[in-house]
Amino acid sequence: MGNIPQEHYEPKPGAASWVEERLPIGGLISHLQNFPTPKNLNYAYVFGGILVLFLVIQIVTGIVLSMHYQVGDEASFRSVEHIMRDVNGGWLLRYAHANGASFFFIAVYAHIFRGLYYGSYKAPRELLWIIGVLIYVVMMATAFMGYVLPWGQMSFWGAKVITSLFGAIPLVGDSLTTWLWGGPAVGEATLNRMFSLHYLLPFVIAGLTVLHIWALHHVGNTNPTGVEIRKDSIENVKKDTVPFTPYIAIKDLYAIVIFLILFVAFTFFAPNYLGHPDNYIEANPLVTPAHIVPEWYFLPFYAILRAITDDLWIMMIMPFTAKLGGVLAMFGAIAVLAFVPWLDTSRVRSTTYRPIYRWWFLLLVIDFFVLMWVGGKPAEGIYPIIALIATAYWFIHFLIVLPVVGLIEKPLARPETVEAAFNEKHGIKPGGDKTDAEASALQPAE
Amino acid sequence: METMKMIKSVLASLALACAMTTGAFAAGGDVEHADVEFSFEGPFGAYDRAALQRGLQIYQGICAGCHGMKFVAFRTLADENGPGLSEDQVKAFIAEAGYEVEDASGELVPAKTYDYFPAVTNAGAPDMSLLAKARADGAVHIYSILTGYTGEEKEIAGTTLYENKAYPGGWINMAPPLWGDDVEYGDGTEPTLEREARDISQFLMWAAEPTMIERKQAGIRNIVFLLIFAVLLFFVNRRIWANVKHPE
Repeated sequence: MGNIPQEHYEPKPGAASWVEERLPIGGLISHLQNFPTPKNLNYAYVFGGILVLFLVIQIVTGIVLSMHYQVGDEASFRSVEHIMRDVNGGWLLRYAHANGASFFFIAVYAHIFRGLYYGSYKAPRELLWIIGVLIYVVMMATAFMGYVLPWGQMSFWGAKVITSLFGAIPLVGDSLTTWLWGGPAVGEATLNRMFSLHYLLPFVIAGLTVLHIWALHHVGNTNPTGVEIRKDSIENVKKDTVPFTPYIAIKDLYAIVIFLILFVAFTFFAPNYLGHPDNYIEANPLVTPAHIVPEWYFLPFYAILRAITDDLWIMMIMPFTAKLGGVLAMFGAIAVLAFVPWLDTSRVRSTTYRPIYRWWFLLLVIDFFVLMWVGGKPAEGIYPIIALIATAYWFIHFLIVLPVVGLIEKPLARPETVEAAFNEKHGIKPGGDKTDAEASALQPAE
Repeated sequence: METMKMIKSVLASLALACAMTTGAFAAGGDVEHADVEFSFEGPFGAYDRAALQRGLQIYQGICAGCHGMKFVAFRTLADENGPGLSEDQVKAFIAEAGYEVEDASGELVPAKTYDYFPAVTNAGAPDMSLLAKARADGAVHIYSILTGYTGEEKEIAGTTLYENKAYPGGWINMAPPLWGDDVEYGDGTEPTLEREARDISQFLMWAAEPTMIERKQAGIRNIVFLLIFAVLLFFVNRRIWANVKHPE
């Protein structure tokens, strides 16, 4: 299946062989179980597994919720309260689903920044990365539509603000928003289509996830050294890797349980902490909330959207409005991720061996949090300037720092092989023995 | 190792950022919140049944004139983790309050236990079913409003506004509803303004989140299970990797 040499699967004679000749499912399962995974993966690599689990949690809780949910101007809010009060375990389903979305995003941000740190997007993993960016985009659309469904004040006004963005597009903007709304304003028709799409998109994510994992299994995992595993023979593969099961499976499961403890703590003890109180007020088109803020995971991009204002000198020479400028900046901030494989000019993958870039990477992480923080603040006082600087750095990082630092930086010495890196870390002498010091500690003194 | 440290600090700051940003929009502006604690706070907290029953009395005697509670069913007043009335007490409560609903032919008939508190819209006051969750700091906010009146009032365009330290903007158009002698408590408790405010705040928290106690109890079980599971997995993981990390 992939380009990593793996032992050939031989089905047992009888039923297994009969099936295997017609549908090679045994080979697929065997491939997945024994998939050679770099033995030096650290805990930054556990988020993929966590994300698969959360996709499943979201789909399962979501499907059961939809059995009790109703769409309608008054029905939506009422049915959510019905779920919370009358459906057996309904409060758990809803709180798990709402907090599940948040933890899905915590995991996806960790996963994305891990990819950026270890250069997981570099050849030959460009498509793997781009599929990942697509998944992230569809995730955001899904989460946004899900937040609309309870039809509280933030649902309604959030939907209004975000769909109105499309009105900034020249010529077709107005027709486009009317088409999105299904009428002259955000209303029941809008809610209805959001529900339909909110049910559809998770399965698009699931499909893209299959592609993502397929691509991963074709090219193999990266690892903290950025040095590719040796693929010239099964013997060398075995020196650099461990079979996925049990080694990575158990390690991932351990990480999943730790992550679930955090998730459970929020779901059971502070289920509304990540939400907004205004969403417990029924949607009212006549009353605008004091501050319309999206869910926390959208705040960085919401900050970028609002950072572009009419009084910027750059907007005075641009042939379009600041509103369109903000929309372009917001979508551009996400789209730029897809070009990272070609913007990064470095010869090495892992930032561990990049003495200059690592500081810029740290700055990017800080920038992300600054954007998230400022996105939740009102657009007044010092905040718009902070948002503007942080927005500028987001683009400067990807469009200037990433290409330039790669050219001027001298990477540190990297290990020859994954095996060598692993042995050094764990004090193993090549050939499987301990280093002298450790070996002598084990041997009885003569 | 250095990279692990970095990842860890990234995760830590992610958690911190979540806390900061949500804290940012949960804050309700420049308002004074009373220093008050409730029995249902904390992971092991539970509603105080007597306080909920007194709170129900306040709701019925004072609030119900202007505030509806349309998502709360009468039958839930019998909840074990809630006010815990007996079925007969619920029926007596409905009868005494005189709640009526329309039947199939449009006739007004006495409400049954499976009916809901009515929606009250004539005063333009918010429905109270979810009030404690629709305000940052929920019950504390409600308590602070009820005890936050300064006694000052002013009239703007025919509407009287009352100064309140806990209300965003400082002026609220609800006249002070509680004075400290508004009800005669069924359980003989001496009513004071603070007592009444505490009881109704607790009651409204229950009305907004009747499953809170069930939820917290389930949460404790889940956390304990996951902690034990995590410890077991830690050792299983170490054992499995032993032959890779420490080959003989």
